[in-house]
Amino acid sequence: MAPIYFDSLAGTPLLPGVQQAMSDYLARNWGNPSSQHQVGDAAGAALEKAREQVAALIGAEPREIVFCSGGTESINHAIKGVAWAQAKKGRHIITSNIEHNAVLRTLRALKLQDWRVTSLDVDQYGRLDPAQVAKAITDQTVLITVMLANNEIGTLEPVAEIARLAASHKIPMHTDAVAAVGVMPVNVKELGVNLLSLAANQFHGPAGAGALYVKRGTPLWPLVDGGVQEHNKRAGSQNMVGIVGMGQAAELALSSMSQRVAHTRALKDLATAGLKERIGHITINGHPEHCLPHLVSVSVGYIEGESMMIMLDEEGICVATRSACAAGALQASHVLISIGLDFADAQGTLVLSFNHLNTKEEVQLFLDKLPPIVERLRSMSPLWKG
Amino acid sequence: MQAYSELVKDHFMHPRNVGEIAEPDGKGEVGNPVCGDMMTVYIKVKDQAIEDIKFKTFGCGAAIAVSSMVTEMAKGKPLDQAMKISNRDVAQALGGLPKNKLHCSNLGADALHMAIQDYLDRKAGKPPKPKSAAEELAGMHVEPGHAHAHGKGEKCYCPYCDLEVPSEAPFCTNCGQEIPHEH
Repeated sequence: MAPIYFDSLAGTPLLPGVQQAMSDYLARNWGNPSSQHQVGDAAGAALEKAREQVAALIGAEPREIVFCSGGTESINHAIKGVAWAQAKKGRHIITSNIEHNAVLRTLRALKLQDWRVTSLDVDQYGRLDPAQVAKAITDQTVLITVMLANNEIGTLEPVAEIARLAASHKIPMHTDAVAAVGVMPVNVKELGVNLLSLAANQFHGPAGAGALYVKRGTPLWPLVDGGVQEHNKRAGSQNMVGIVGMGQAAELALSSMSQRVAHTRALKDLATAGLKERIGHITINGHPEHCLPHLVSVSVGYIEGESMMIMLDEEGICVATRSACAAGALQASHVLISIGLDFADAQGTLVLSFNHLNTKEEVQLFLDKLPPIVERLRSMSPLWKG
Repeated sequence: MQAYSELVKDHFMHPRNVGEIAEPDGKGEVGNPVCGDMMTVYIKVKDQAIEDIKFKTFGCGAAIAVSSMVTEMAKGKPLDQAMKISNRDVAQALGGLPKNKLHCSNLGADALHMAIQDYLDRKAGKPPKPKSAAEELAGMHVEPGHAHAHGKGEKCYCPYCDLEVPSEAPFCTNCGQEIPHEH
C-alpha cells in the first residue's frame, strides 16, 4: 500500500501534468536559453513561458521573476543581495524570531560581517505586531524580512501592513513565502513587498527549482556571480527541466487554487477536530484564523515527537515532527519556544501538511491510529501521571 | 526510518522492562525535556545483584531503545558488574546509533548507575533526595528566552560526536559542529 503522506511542506508529489511537461521538454530540448541560435531560441521560449506562468501565480510581471535553485537560495539572494547593494547606506536589518533557518542563518552570516539585526518577538499565535517593526526602524535600516506564513505553526504574518510601513520609510521589504505560494492565493501587488521567495516543491513542482520575485527598482546584488542570465541577477545556465516543471505546476496551482484551498482546509478542520476529540492534553499551535489552509501543528503533552513519528511511519503514515531529536539538535524548535510552549510540549509536536491529493479517509485513518500510539508512549513516559 | 538499525527499531517498537517498581531499592533519573530526553530507572536488589529493573523514558526512538537495552543488559547482573556497563557498551549492543543520536545513549548507563548508587546510599543510611527531577519538571515552565536554562547539574552532549559540551557553547569544542542553542 502506498504510504499516506501528510508532509507536503517537505515536498509535494509531482502531478502527472508536471511530469509530462518535464519529460516532453527533456525529450525535445537540451539547449542553453542564452545561446543566440535556433537551439538556444527554443530553450529561451520554454524559459520565458515558465516565467510567465510563475509570474501569473503571484501577480507579478514576468520580468520580475528570477529563477534559482529553490527557496533557500531565493532567501539567501534576497537578504544578502539587498544588504550588499546598500552596505554604504546602512547596516541594520529587521526580522522576526520565528523565521526559517534559511533566513536566520543568512542573517547570522551577515552579522559576522558587521550587519546589525533586530529580531522581533511574536505573540502566542506567532503573529508579529507591525507596531514593533515601526519602533525598530532606524535611519540605518536597509531591509525588513518577515515570513508570509510560518512553516511550523502555519501562522500568517501581517506582511502587507509591514510592507506599507517599510515603503513609507523607503526600506525594501522581503518575505519568505515558500510555505504559502501555490498553497493559498498570494499576490505581490496586494502584499506590496519588494522581494518574495517561493519554491516549486510546495505546489507539486520539482525540488531544485525556485524563484525570487524582485520588484523593479529594488537594490539587489547577485548572489551567484557570472554571466548575464536572469537579467543579470542570477548567473549560471538555467535548470531548464526544473523551471519548465515549476512553470507547469504554477499554472495548475493557479487554475485550481480555490478547489485546492477548500479541499485542504476541510482536511485540516477534520484533523483538528478529531485530534481535540480523541486525545487529551494537546495544544493546536498557530493562529486560529490567520493561518495556512493545509497545516496542522499539534503538541501532544508528556511525550516526544519523534517516537510518535516513527510509530506512525510503521503504520504507513508519514508526518513531520519538530522535536529536537529528529532535527539532530539538542533543543526544541525556536518557533515553538517563541510562542511560549514549554520544552516538554515543544518536544512532542507533530506537523501535518496536506495537499489536494490527500483524502478524508486518510485523515480518518490517521485519527484512528494516533490515539493508541499516544497512549502507549504516555504509559512509558516519566512525565505522565495519568 | 532508515537511520535506525533493525535491532534499535525492535527495542523501540517492543521495549523490554517498561514500567515502575512500586517500592524500588534504588532509583535513578537523568536528563530533562530541555535536552530532549529523560529517563527514570527503578531497581530491586537481591544478593548484591539486580533482581528486577524497570524504566520510564520521555524521548526519541533512540532514547527508548537505549533504555530498553540497558535494562536488558543489567537484569540479573551483580551490582559491581552492572556499574561497569558504559554508555558505549549500550550503543554497541544496539549495533550502533546514528551519529546525532549518540547523546541519547548517555542516558541509559547514567540512569542505571544512578539507581545503583541510590541503592548503595540508602544502604549506607544517607537521606534520600527530597524531590525528584521528574516531579519538579512535570510542573516546570521554562520562560522563552531561557532556552539553555538546564536543570541544576544537568549535562548536555554534542548531538554529533557524543562529547559533553558546556551548555552555552555555540559550537562543539570537539567536532566543530554547531550546537543549536538559542542565544
